[in-house]
Amino acid sequence: MQEQHIASAFDRDLETIQARIMKMGGLVEVSIMDAARSLETRDEELAEQVRANDKAIDALEEMINEEAARVIAMRAPTASDLRLILSVTKISGNLERIGDLSKNLAKRTGVLAQMPPVGDSPAAMRRMAREVERMLKDALDAYIQRDVELAADVIGRDHEVDQMYNTLFRELLTFMMEDARNITPCMHLHFIAKNIERMGDHVTSIAEQVIYLVTGERPEDERPKADVTSVSL
Amino acid sequence: MNDMSTIERGAKLSETKVSARGVNVHYGDTHAIKDVNVDISNNNVTAFIGPSGCGKSTFLRCLNRMNDTIDICRVDGAIQLDGQDIYDKRVDPVQLRARVGMVFQKPNPFPKSIYDNVAYGPKIHGLAKSKSDMDDIVERALRRGAIWDEVKDRLHSTGTGLSGGQQQRLCIARAVATEPEVLLMDEPCSALDPIATAQVEELIDELRENFTVVIVTHSMQQAARVSQKTAFFHLGELVEFGETGQIFTKPEDPRTESYITGRIG
Repeated sequence: MQEQHIASAFDRDLETIQARIMKMGGLVEVSIMDAARSLETRDEELAEQVRANDKAIDALEEMINEEAARVIAMRAPTASDLRLILSVTKISGNLERIGDLSKNLAKRTGVLAQMPPVGDSPAAMRRMAREVERMLKDALDAYIQRDVELAADVIGRDHEVDQMYNTLFRELLTFMMEDARNITPCMHLHFIAKNIERMGDHVTSIAEQVIYLVTGERPEDERPKADVTSVSL
Repeated sequence: MNDMSTIERGAKLSETKVSARGVNVHYGDTHAIKDVNVDISNNNVTAFIGPSGCGKSTFLRCLNRMNDTIDICRVDGAIQLDGQDIYDKRVDPVQLRARVGMVFQKPNPFPKSIYDNVAYGPKIHGLAKSKSDMDDIVERALRRGAIWDEVKDRLHSTGTGLSGGQQQRLCIARAVATEPEVLLMDEPCSALDPIATAQVEELIDELRENFTVVIVTHSMQQAARVSQKTAFFHLGELVEFGETGQIFTKPEDPRTESYITGRIG
């Protein structure tokens, strides 16, 4: 890491904010895994817990944004300090969104638990959620270690999540065409799959912030849309 | 005219006004400036930043040969103003300083009236043909110094009776009265309060329409606010020179990064 600031309180401010990001990241990782598990095991109690825990994630985001505003106002950060402050506000926003998507997943779990199960897609979704959670863990590790290579690796892996989503999309479509009574649960399952796919996009955005923080460059978006399943008739 | 946002207020693409090549300055045995190369462009504000003793003021003073007045000071290398070597023997330093004006850290009005402070330069350089001509020159300079409205009713009271911020704007008006092409400012706001500082900064931004401005400042925020190009000096070297926005968001040299983020003094 870099040498310390002459004003040691500045270092403490930046460390505090980053510690909160890591704490928020930890809560979001737990939230993703619990939500996916509650879906697979039809555990309504766990789903309820996920929904309740989202409040703590939201509170951390608010705290991080307030502290970032204070640092901007009082320390006028420049260069890598400025990029750090800009990145924490964006990352906290991404984490908050992932938390919301996870909460929404848990909400749908409550609804799905009242219906007969359709196929084994919850297990596939749990695998997808596990991959997103691993990506998030790596993105946060890359953030703390300022590891551009690991961040680039995370960005590359989002492609796999997209493919998992496309597979699920086709599968759910088949169930719905087979039996109209499957439409309600499948619509919920589809939203869940889409939510997990969106989580992957937010994780990618976090990894991009790592690259920006370290290099000052925004990575170019060169990922081609490989599969057009979800946008074709 | 100057109400552009910071984002739009990028460096103008313009010609080089002052060009320095291989400039070295020695004070006796002390090597104060080490092989500095820089091109200062027309109609832009260029800020020199760096810790105390880094050579930024010394280099600024090379640009209008103020260092000539210091016996032990030796300047080597080439400095050109519009392609002409300013250290050429045929160049009269007094004439040069009419083209390259200077404003100092501490406001230093002459102990004369406000009018005479401004009229002094034009008078010795014979720029006015008549009394009314001189009145016009004085008014224009005071307007450019953004102080006309405050002093127009008391032009014949003494300049030293003004407030610090007013005195500094008077000094800027005095410096622009001889129609210089380049204006050198050595920490022009360090003795001023925030309001007077803001007024002088606004003035600097207006002045760049007509002048090439070079400012030495200890305030990084001031450099960021007023300049389009920033040069970072450290231990007599020009470490990095670039567009101000780039220097403050993505400096290339780790020494620049350390200085502007407050890691070295």
